Amino acid sequence: MSGIGSALLPQGSIRAEGFTPPGPADFDLPPIGGDFGTFSAFGQEFVIGVTKPMLQLVLSAVLIFGFFYLASRKRAMVPGKLQFVGEETYGFVRNSLGRDIIGSHDFMRFVPYLFTLFAFILLNNLFASIPFIQFPTFSRSGMVYGLAALSWVIYNYAGMKKHGFLGYLKLQCVPAGITGPILALLIPLEFMSNILVRPVTLALRLFANMFAGHLLLILFALGGEYLIVEMSLAYAPVGILAWVLFLAVAFLEILIQFLQAYVFVLLNAMYISGALADEH
Amino acid sequence: MEGTLNGSLNMIGYGLAAIGPGIGIGLIFAAYINGVARQPEAQSRLQSIAILGFALAEALAIIGIALAFVLS
Repeated sequence: MSGIGSALLPQGSIRAEGFTPPGPADFDLPPIGGDFGTFSAFGQEFVIGVTKPMLQLVLSAVLIFGFFYLASRKRAMVPGKLQFVGEETYGFVRNSLGRDIIGSHDFMRFVPYLFTLFAFILLNNLFASIPFIQFPTFSRSGMVYGLAALSWVIYNYAGMKKHGFLGYLKLQCVPAGITGPILALLIPLEFMSNILVRPVTLALRLFANMFAGHLLLILFALGGEYLIVEMSLAYAPVGILAWVLFLAVAFLEILIQFLQAYVFVLLNAMYISGALADEH
Repeated sequence: MEGTLNGSLNMIGYGLAAIGPGIGIGLIFAAYINGVARQPEAQSRLQSIAILGFALAEALAIIGIALAFVLS
């Protein structure tokens, strides 16, 4: 049985002798059409080329712009279907994420950023479930750290512009109503937690969710295939069960993709509102 | 057919690390269910707080499984 199986084998991460479980190497998509060279900087090897996640980022930007341009073109008083979907998405971010969290006084300045962030992260997450693409862009951690760095700059800059540099640091690092020697312990702790660690957890949450979800799907698909093809017939029902669970986890992943986009923007709005909060 | 059980300390670490978020998420949703049971009109307002709490607690478990694979 295994002789027939090995004749049909594609070369790759499954060998006839054993099952190699998927790992981070499955997320390392090579440059399309070969690379144009390598260089090393900061002690790492960089490869110059265009990879699939890079194309996905550009594709998502083009698709989002195209969709919302078409949705907002007619501006009818009674909206058609496309305009309704566009307005609902914008209204959701503007009201429940912007106004309710940042406050009705100065939320409009940040709504463009929050709305763009929400649409961008949502579409890139959904790329994991769209056939023929099937790779969540934000399972590459570098892409997420860029977004987290931009969010960090925005909420810190908004806070510093309102309170001044030292006033903003005082707002973030000194909790209200606490005096005395315990401040010497609390101030470094609050500084680390509010200013240093926040972008890291923001990025890590999105990256790790997308990474773990995609890894789980790869495991179910490859494991089911290995059980059906490579092992004896008695294991085939287990392989079928693995594929049924693959479908269930794929639907769960769609829910998690929506949720992670929502939570990223929600936390951004909360950090901005915390930076703009009035003195106690 | 013989087999060996391969694993690493990473996986044991992840298993231990998943206890905390599991309990935490259970507590969060227990509070949400209690709140909705006492006052069903508050469901939509409590839901966003529950989702926020869930995402924050889940983040630790997800960081655990991601780093269990990535760090060697």
